[in-house]
Amino acid sequence: MNRRTRLWLVAAGGGGLAVLLVAACLELPAFGGASHPYGDRAVRASLSRHTANTIASVNFDQRAYDTLGEMTILFAAVLGCVVLLRQTRDEHRARPEPEEVAPPVRRYALVVLPVALLTGLYVIAHGQLSPGGGFQGGVVAATALHLLYLGADYRALERIRPVGRYEVGDAVAASAYVITGLACLIGGTAFLANTVLPYGTFNTLSSGGTVPLLNAAIGMEVACAVVVLLARFLDQAVEIEEESGK
Amino acid sequence: MADAVIVVALLLVAGSATAAVAVRDPVRQALVLAVLGVALAVLFTVLQAPDVALSQLAVGSVLTPLLLLLTVRKVKRRGQRKGREQ
Repeated sequence: MNRRTRLWLVAAGGGGLAVLLVAACLELPAFGGASHPYGDRAVRASLSRHTANTIASVNFDQRAYDTLGEMTILFAAVLGCVVLLRQTRDEHRARPEPEEVAPPVRRYALVVLPVALLTGLYVIAHGQLSPGGGFQGGVVAATALHLLYLGADYRALERIRPVGRYEVGDAVAASAYVITGLACLIGGTAFLANTVLPYGTFNTLSSGGTVPLLNAAIGMEVACAVVVLLARFLDQAVEIEEESGK
Repeated sequence: MADAVIVVALLLVAGSATAAVAVRDPVRQALVLAVLGVALAVLFTVLQAPDVALSQLAVGSVLTPLLLLLTVRKVKRRGQRKGREQ
């Protein structure tokens, strides 16, 4: 295929896509209208299963299967990172020297660390009640741990962060999600169908049937995945060096 | 009133996104990206999507810039070593 044909092909494809997109956008409902057919149905479904946060109900009940796919994407991405960023044969580890940290930075990091960690855990635990959930809280909790790197040094971070255990935790949480889904299939009606557990009292921590369980599994999976991901990047940026003379 | 807030949030997002593209140094780009994350979080909150805003805040303004900064550090360290050996 020569350059000209390729250009025509790209122009035809791009032009067709643009026409279709514009045509689709012209049919969209106006911005900020009062009619929300999907929203109304989602809220009704979530209230009927005693889940206060409709978003959590959509993520972990109405579309729990979608969330399984998203979790698998994160799991595979982190797995790929672990394989790509491993220590190769022509690299060695150099222990980073402890460095002086400016006192205000140290104070700030050590004060904010427990607050941020607690916030992350709170956001995970209340995912089915208020905005947030396993994903958001997991990222907050995992990044909060890394304030120790700012406040102290890399060795202190490594001590509270045995990467191997977090890798196991990641896999355990991912399988907990699938096992909960299978339990729904065996005890109830379908894979990940929220019909096994009692729905509980509305707006309490245990309400929503399997929603809190799946939410907790996602929280643990995301927190472990982010810790492992950052550990691999930090290893590369701080510790691993190429052998000299290569 | 609500519309005015939405317009301001949209302008903030457009401004910081343009800045993120215009800045060429990767380290500064990572910082501008964090600012863009905060602007997007404000926009999502104004549009009544606090769940998405939280995700954006956690991933867009903390995790992504952090990964970028670590990558830049690794690449620079390698460059310095090469420079010393020559």
